[in-house]
Amino acid sequence: MSINTLVVKQQVIKLSEKTIEKTKEANVFFSGIGDFFLFLWKTTRETFSLNFEFNEFLRQCFQIGYKTLPLISVTGLIMGLVLTIQSRPVLVDFGAVSMLPGMVSLSIIREMGPVITALICAGKIGSGIGAELGSMKVSEQIDAMEVSSTHPIRFLVVTRVLAATLMIPVLVLYADALGILGSWAGANIKGSVSFVLFFNQAFRVVDFMDFLPAVIKTFFFGAVIGLVGCYKGYSAGHGTESVGKAANSAVVLASLLVIIVDLIAVQITDMLL
Amino acid sequence: MIKNKKVTPESTKKPKMVIEINNLSKGFDDMQVLKKLSLKLYDGENLVVLGKSGSGKSVLIKCIVRLLNPDQGTIMVLGENVSELKSKKLARLREKIGFLFQSGALYDSMTIKENLEFPLRRIKKKLSKKERDKKIEETLEHVGLADTLHKMPSELSGGMRKRASLARTIVVDPMIMLYDEPTTGLDPVTSGGISALINDVQKKYLTSSIIITHDIECARATADRIIMLKDGEIYMEGNIDDFENSTDEVIQSFFKQKA
Ligand SMILES: Nc1ncnc2c1ncn2[C@@H]1O[C@H](COP(=O)(O)OP(=O)(O)OP(=O)(O)O)[C@@H](O)[C@H]1O
Ligand SMILES: [Mg+2]
Repeated sequence: MSINTLVVKQQVIKLSEKTIEKTKEANVFFSGIGDFFLFLWKTTRETFSLNFEFNEFLRQCFQIGYKTLPLISVTGLIMGLVLTIQSRPVLVDFGAVSMLPGMVSLSIIREMGPVITALICAGKIGSGIGAELGSMKVSEQIDAMEVSSTHPIRFLVVTRVLAATLMIPVLVLYADALGILGSWAGANIKGSVSFVLFFNQAFRVVDFMDFLPAVIKTFFFGAVIGLVGCYKGYSAGHGTESVGKAANSAVVLASLLVIIVDLIAVQITDMLL
Repeated sequence: MIKNKKVTPESTKKPKMVIEINNLSKGFDDMQVLKKLSLKLYDGENLVVLGKSGSGKSVLIKCIVRLLNPDQGTIMVLGENVSELKSKKLARLREKIGFLFQSGALYDSMTIKENLEFPLRRIKKKLSKKERDKKIEETLEHVGLADTLHKMPSELSGGMRKRASLARTIVVDPMIMLYDEPTTGLDPVTSGGISALINDVQKKYLTSSIIITHDIECARATADRIIMLKDGEIYMEGNIDDFENSTDEVIQSFFKQKA
């Protein structure tokens, strides 16, 4: 009897400990969301403050745009190539090979180009920003900025978020172009088609309203990647291991948010058009 | 208590007390780091703060520039209550305070020159590019790093980084200096040089300083007054002789061990 109650008591204690732990986790999660929106608010406020750090902004555009070019070039080309090689047999079965350029270009421009580029940027740029700001936080560089009359959010965050917001659409357009080029190369593996013909066939299908929503959503991808990278880096804890954690969670969260933003964007486009 | 004090019209105008801390308490989670600590820093004085690792020395000076917000107590710096300042005024006040970080905190994406330029461009806006460059070169020469102008922080040794970050702190001529362990991890000769530099800065610019250190030699060389922190409170206050002649066990162990 008494042993039984003891066991029950222990169980209850264990259970309540677990619940406390779970509530703590939930608390951390929700306060995380709160922190993120606070960070977003501070960043927005500083974006519209008077002193804009133009040099740092340019430096970041270079870092984010130019330094990612090789990676994006390779991915873009292969994306077009693979899509073409994969779709060709199906279209041959239907006797619709002439639709190949249009179909592939359409899927690159509307979906594959933006999302794949954004995911790669989430990996490269998101982790880069997360690790950079994380290590600046850990080694007190952000504190040092703050005491030398520089608003760290203005100097570090605003410039990076804006640079990502502006550079990722450019990278996406570039990836689209290379994707179509890759697709043309793919079409030439089996059979031969001149570039002009391929291009004409492609753009008979694609029109401006395919472009516009796809371009608009890439600005949001860029903003999300920049913001998440900065937020994760900026809120890194103490000690070097939190730098790695910041970089890692920046990539995970940025990739996830890119997919979610894409879903929302597709829904909105679908409703409007 | 206050040595080398020249009475110039400039210094008579300054408040006699530059920093006044009253009943400062600060804790993290459930750990109390500082407990109702009170402290004064007088004009032109070098105050050395001793204490074991983890006794809250860094937390104390971070509260002074409001990198950390105190839980309780007031901190007056140059006659202004730090906790109540709006961000613009806080920035103006911080411009007058030089903060040497324990880790150096050099910006590692910038060269040494850019590191020094960063605060200089923002705080001394009136300087022309030429004057700025001259000032940077002078300051680097002062700390013995004239030839590292275009190096990255990662290319410097630990001691050189420490001196570079000291240069970055003094390049804007602050009125108050907060040094967080300026000589830790340096060889005796270099630490001697840094101690001399601290005295130099104090004389040249009539700054008032708080120097956090474990290094008894540095304390000997620079201190006008010493306080010892223990368990978040001031354990002992006095000048170097008081400490060295103290029969207190805690103090003795501290001085013997380090000497
Ligand atoms: N931002 C922070 N968050 C949580 N705890 C902190 C923070 N900063 C300091 N602490 C804790 O406060 C205590 C005092 O830290 P502090 O850095 O002031 O020590 P210190 O006296 O400077 O030691 P050292 O000589 O090693 O530099 C430590 O136990 C530390 O863990
Ligand atoms: Mg410390």
